[in-house]
Amino acid sequence: MNLPANQTRHLAGPDALAREIPDGASIGLPPDYSPVAMAVVRALVRRGAKDLKLIGVPVLGLCADILIGAGCVREVETSAVTLGEAGLAPRFTEAAEKGAIKVIDATCPMIHTGLQATEKGVPFMPLRGVLGADLVKHHPDWKTIDNPYAKGDPILLAKAIVPDVALFHARWADEAGNVWVGRRRELATIAHASKACYVSYEELKPGDMLDEELLAPGCIGSVYVTAVAPAPRGAWPLGVPGAYGIDDAHLMHYARLAKTAAGFRQYLDEFVFKTVAA
Amino acid sequence: MSYAREELLAVAIARLIGDARHVAVGAASPIPAMAVFLLQQKNRGMPRVSLLQKRSGNPFTEGSRELFDLAGQGRIDVFFLGGAQIDGEANINLVEAEGKRFPGSFGSAFMYFAAKKTILFREEHSPRVLVKKVDFVSAPGWSPPEVQRRGGPAALLTGKALFAWQKDARRFRLESVHPDSSAQDVRANTGFEYDAPASVPQTAPPTSAELALIRGPVARVIAENYPGFAKRVWRG
Repeated sequence: MNLPANQTRHLAGPDALAREIPDGASIGLPPDYSPVAMAVVRALVRRGAKDLKLIGVPVLGLCADILIGAGCVREVETSAVTLGEAGLAPRFTEAAEKGAIKVIDATCPMIHTGLQATEKGVPFMPLRGVLGADLVKHHPDWKTIDNPYAKGDPILLAKAIVPDVALFHARWADEAGNVWVGRRRELATIAHASKACYVSYEELKPGDMLDEELLAPGCIGSVYVTAVAPAPRGAWPLGVPGAYGIDDAHLMHYARLAKTAAGFRQYLDEFVFKTVAA
Repeated sequence: MSYAREELLAVAIARLIGDARHVAVGAASPIPAMAVFLLQQKNRGMPRVSLLQKRSGNPFTEGSRELFDLAGQGRIDVFFLGGAQIDGEANINLVEAEGKRFPGSFGSAFMYFAAKKTILFREEHSPRVLVKKVDFVSAPGWSPPEVQRRGGPAALLTGKALFAWQKDARRFRLESVHPDSSAQDVRANTGFEYDAPASVPQTAPPTSAELALIRGPVARVIAENYPGFAKRVWRG
């Protein structure tokens, strides 16, 4: 497995990023409390993306529910799908109950461990615990081995996870193609492990953030980043730590509408299709 | 003295936490959070609490995997888990039951092993939740001897009763019933077998000193972190 050393491209906006993500791609996505590229998710729905596989790192929320409801998704691997305080993710729940999508149930640290294996370029990585959970029986890529350093000590292996695409939102990008995510380092893990990495951002900084000692540790270096594009308030209705919070009222509104297929279509008409393409 | 059910449950959880050094509390767990903040008021800031999935209130700078790395090292003493179903062997199910899909297992399959002590907490006490055998094991209540496991269940607290987990017998034992329930009520609403003493004590209610702390400094911290919950329990 070879992953690319990128020269980051600067694109026009969310729709340009969405055009880069092919049908059938597996996409590593952050949870709702980390910046999610919601503007790009809406653009994926507008372009009629198909057969996507979503990988929750380690769980999924609103973006997955919208993509599933819009018929963009074939498969989900995640430790959970939830709207948090707004309750169950209604489109995911219905699709899973009807068997309309394939769901591979994981547990948070097994997802992180699989991505960390890819970060190191090794085929698998062990993790304690989990043995005896039905998750192990149903997961196609988890194997139990005997610890080669000790007798009679079974331990679980996570196969390296290599998403086709990492997709998330960042507070800043710079002219050099670095993106700043602060303490949301799961975004770095996804970027490091993916074949391509697409990032929407709030604001563009001139120059190179890696030259600034205080900003550099919160950055993902451009070598991992395929393309960036501006999307002010691009995580809305989710938040960007330090910039704006989650729009709880909107999430409740979504959760109510999305309980039915008709309500969900109404939501898409109002908040996804009506938006002028960037 | 009158008190809310949430206050009784928080005091019961505080007793279960005991003298732990580090307690991790999930985003949707205001009652366990109340218990920890109460202990901090009583014990000059101890234990340390990490509020998960929040921007602040936790020590994490390495993203969402750090909790699990930290727990894997043994740095978390107490964790909380619930379940769409919980069975008599302390297995929990967060995935699916009777054709209904739930959000998923989150980190339970790891944290149940890695945290030194897990308190199972589910307010609904019904045969639908407390079942003989879960439909799907998200995280097992016990492991065979060859499987390395640092911790596991310590107790199961519901809206009606407190059960202690008996590790060697792999069974729950009824410890106490809450003032608005009874041993018969608990038996009728529990789908699994468990041990019980001939005479079941009542869960000790909050003392007036505990209530003063809960309604003062604890309520203020809870209102910052769980505003909807605080409004419901203390009417603003």
